[in-house]
Amino acid sequence: MNLTLRIWRQRGPEDKGRMVTYQVDDVSPDMSFLEMLDVLNERLILQGEEPVAFDHDCREGICGMCSLMINGEAHGPQRGTTACQLHMRQFSDGDTIDIEPWRARAFPVVKDLVVNRNAFDKIIAAGGYITAPTGSAPEAHSVPVAKNNADAAFESAACIGCGACVAACPNGSGMLFTAAKVTQLSLLPQGQPERYTRVIGMVDAHDEAGFGGCTNIGECAAACPKGIPLNTIGRLNRDYLKATSKRAGTPGS
Amino acid sequence: MDLYTEGDPIADTKAPDGPIETRWERRRFEAKLVNPANRRKLTVIVVGTGLAGGSAAATLAEQGYHVKSYCYQDSPRRAHSIAAQGGINAAKNYRNDGDSVHRLFYDTVKGGDFRSRESNVHRLAEVSVNIIDQCVAQGVPFAREYGGLLDTRSFGGAQVQRTFYARGQTGQQLLLGAYQALERQIGLGNVEMNARHEMLELVVVDGRARGIVVRDLVTGEITTELADAVVLASGGYGNVFYLSTNAKGCNVTASWRAHRKGAHFANPCYTQIHPTCIPVSGDHQSKLTLMSESLRNDGRVWVPKAKGDNRAPKDIPEDERDYYLERIYPSFGNLVPRDIASRAAKNVCDEGRGVGPGGLGVYLDFADAIQRLGRKAIEAKYGNLFEMYERITGDDPYEVPMRIYPAVHYTMGGLWVDYDLQSSIPGLFVIGEANFSDHGANRLGASALMQGLADGYFVLPNTLPNYLANAGSFEKVDASHPDVVAARAAVEERIQKLLSINGDRTVDSFHRELGQIMWEHCGMERTEAGLRKAIDEIRALREQFWQRVRVPGDGEGLNQSLEKAGRVADFFELAELMCIDALHREESCGGHFRAEHQTPDGEAQRDDDRFAYVAAWEYTGDQPVLHKEDLQFEYVHPTQRSYK
Amino acid sequence: MAVTGILLVLFLILHMLGNLKVFTGETSFDHYAHWLREIGTPLLPSTWYLWIQRTVLAVAVLAHIGAATVLSMRAHAARPVPYAHRRKIHVNYAARTMRWGGVIILLFVIYHILDLTTGHLNPQGDPANPYGNVVADFAPERWYVTLFYVLALVTLGFHLRHGAFSAFRSLGQQTPKGERRARSAALVFAVVLVAGYLVVPFAVLTGLVA
Repeated sequence: MNLTLRIWRQRGPEDKGRMVTYQVDDVSPDMSFLEMLDVLNERLILQGEEPVAFDHDCREGICGMCSLMINGEAHGPQRGTTACQLHMRQFSDGDTIDIEPWRARAFPVVKDLVVNRNAFDKIIAAGGYITAPTGSAPEAHSVPVAKNNADAAFESAACIGCGACVAACPNGSGMLFTAAKVTQLSLLPQGQPERYTRVIGMVDAHDEAGFGGCTNIGECAAACPKGIPLNTIGRLNRDYLKATSKRAGTPGS
Repeated sequence: MDLYTEGDPIADTKAPDGPIETRWERRRFEAKLVNPANRRKLTVIVVGTGLAGGSAAATLAEQGYHVKSYCYQDSPRRAHSIAAQGGINAAKNYRNDGDSVHRLFYDTVKGGDFRSRESNVHRLAEVSVNIIDQCVAQGVPFAREYGGLLDTRSFGGAQVQRTFYARGQTGQQLLLGAYQALERQIGLGNVEMNARHEMLELVVVDGRARGIVVRDLVTGEITTELADAVVLASGGYGNVFYLSTNAKGCNVTASWRAHRKGAHFANPCYTQIHPTCIPVSGDHQSKLTLMSESLRNDGRVWVPKAKGDNRAPKDIPEDERDYYLERIYPSFGNLVPRDIASRAAKNVCDEGRGVGPGGLGVYLDFADAIQRLGRKAIEAKYGNLFEMYERITGDDPYEVPMRIYPAVHYTMGGLWVDYDLQSSIPGLFVIGEANFSDHGANRLGASALMQGLADGYFVLPNTLPNYLANAGSFEKVDASHPDVVAARAAVEERIQKLLSINGDRTVDSFHRELGQIMWEHCGMERTEAGLRKAIDEIRALREQFWQRVRVPGDGEGLNQSLEKAGRVADFFELAELMCIDALHREESCGGHFRAEHQTPDGEAQRDDDRFAYVAAWEYTGDQPVLHKEDLQFEYVHPTQRSYK
Repeated sequence: MAVTGILLVLFLILHMLGNLKVFTGETSFDHYAHWLREIGTPLLPSTWYLWIQRTVLAVAVLAHIGAATVLSMRAHAARPVPYAHRRKIHVNYAARTMRWGGVIILLFVIYHILDLTTGHLNPQGDPANPYGNVVADFAPERWYVTLFYVLALVTLGFHLRHGAFSAFRSLGQQTPKGERRARSAALVFAVVLVAGYLVVPFAVLTGLVA
């Protein structure tokens, strides 16, 4: 099939950037979306032009590196699918496809479609962990975990940190990402001692990074390629309310 | 032979002697320690943030060392360990089914086809139990049973249920555990994290590894980073084949640069080919996707009996199908080990009976299982895998049999290390898939995660201090030291060279062609003639590369073509060494199958008299020098594997 | 947002119940309106309670607007460069119209106060006869007033639908099942409230109340 692509080109962080139109012909429906971009880039290089920079790595939907806004949808039209797993059979001959980077102040554009998502790492560093220095762990079976809690924790832990939630959110909020980690750790007995300091630390880091506030719209969960449920945000809110009330810091509470 | 020379054997691997169960404890006791107050003054560089690198950086920082960590991805959480699906082995014996440290040790040595070191493997089995404890404490959501205890399953044909898992995303969950521990140390200021930085050279001063030269992939700036020790955790080199299950960015550059500076490269020809991957769909193919090995529990593998039978699978009657694994290996059937399943698939495709585009594929058919167990049961077991398959191929595996084909998956070879995980350059430690030490010629399923975390959490943090205890006597270095300046200048010169060729071919076109040569001649089955041909072709192609490659743009700022060009240039050199290693090893063992060395019924024929050694290669710039490290088997006696 | 929103919602419920008294006849309705001014007497002087309530409501409205403004500004700052291709909308319309909906509701409330509280914009404007004011307001020839009320109240319905669910969520509603319940409850509540308000102008329009 033959396609028209309109791709965001931006030389560097300081450049203003613009949409540029390219024609790509003979695209096989068996190609992945990124392979289609590979084909374009091969051609651009041989024509003496700069290839389009885009982030990608594992190309099997788990590393979270790929990050394309395709026709106004994070990771494109197929639900539960990252851009690297999206295949061209989802499009039709003659389509025009707009490709843009994630847009958020907290994710500044590095070049073309590549953005800097370091803000997510900072949120994790501010509390998204359980303090368990190597060697200090008790025997694994000393603390049983109810299966339903373990399963729900896993569901939240499946987040790949791609940032689609932020890209899709009308408020540019990263609350689903933050809530997924808060939920995972607060559902496990190992996560209890730091439960309330964690949520405060992470939400503060989220706000400091320049993400917008959450208004419970739900675009994030609709865009999430891993199906992180929206109710994780409720869990975060509950923990946050408890943490900000005086009781949470009181011994024995 | 004309392609290499032989040097001195390796006499000492620093493994303690005595009963094997006591060796690791003795080593730890005999190791020198570093006073907690002095640790902050010591800097350790860790390259790579996967299971091995991430866990090592976090643990060393917890101990009090100053750690500088580097990865080429935009975040340490994206290292390719994240893609591991199956699980992690540990000798917990929670099932009371006869597992023990000794059995895990035994299985691993045997599974490695008797080409690994007993001392190392025993240590791996010992610390495996600590890994599970550690990960649970970090909040890794392993699968659990209704009673709240950890669930385990049998994996890769093991006869005990020792594999812990988190659905099909065990690697992801373990990596995120290590990543969170690492982020905690970053937040505390103990680790200086440098994402989107690529190591391009090792700095060796006075015979010791003292730093690295890195390129900031965002600004293009080249800097020298100095330290008291360097740890490489940069993963495997499967991408030398271009198509593999590795991430696109996985590369050998860090290891290869260290090799060029004097670190021996061990057993490069040992590569693991995974039998169940989604086949290539066309020339545009950029990577291969693994389908979990567990599919072989219920799927039946077959091809048409007749050559070039192009009928749709449902139109081929039962008696015209060849269920070749069940036919050749009646007792193991579809569950034969990875290397055997892979080679059998290659053989039927070579006979012209392969299916799908290019005839490179075999059917993995669930029709019988669906009929026997019902669609619901199959959906519950494999639903997510079937979905993934359909997303990629557009075929519905409930209706049409899956097509699968083997793909390069893991590399057992890597930089040579001693018992302390130190390479042949003092101060350069190598952990995880980047080293060669524990898997011999073939890795068992669910053992890669175990080894990565064992090295990072428990082994290195106990052996590195022994080296650092002498740091006071190291020569003082700064950026103006002539060796440091030279290392940096070499990097800059190489980048300029790549940018200035301005030829007429893209980096990817060379990489693809190199991959085809390697897959053809140094893949599942190797012959002397093929390997010699491959060496000639690789040399010719490398020469072309340096004359005709086109790298657009400049060295300033993000330039993904430049990154790829440097990596492919190193793959060329590695590829040649792999072929030389494969050529010199005139036996078949594990992932290395030489057509000349097989039993009358087509199985791998080891030659323990001549080849029970580790081949550690020294770089000279001309012919590599082979150093042999003899392998002693005191506890597990070599036997021939048989799966008939 | 949630706390101030809930205060305003409570007021809306009471206000609606009061409105429905219009069906009990002119005397009863006017008596109710008069009673509102006398709540708390003799402990409080006449109309004091009303002024306390008005103050609380005004503070809640201002806080609600203030919080909304902060969120809007943060959202705006969080995405300085907009998408060239408009983002596709996957979830409900109600959630996406909170901000402009809020502005419309605010304008409506101002008009509504000038109309039926102070009487400045009311054709009758007799403080002693609220029943008459209402009837005059929604007289058939003033259909445009009724239309404006309808539009404003439908907007309010959307606002409440997402607002009520969002308040549950912000205050820690955390299970998927609870989420389904909260969403249904919010929808039912919004529909009932809007219907409760709209019957009055329609009753006047159709002559049921005259």
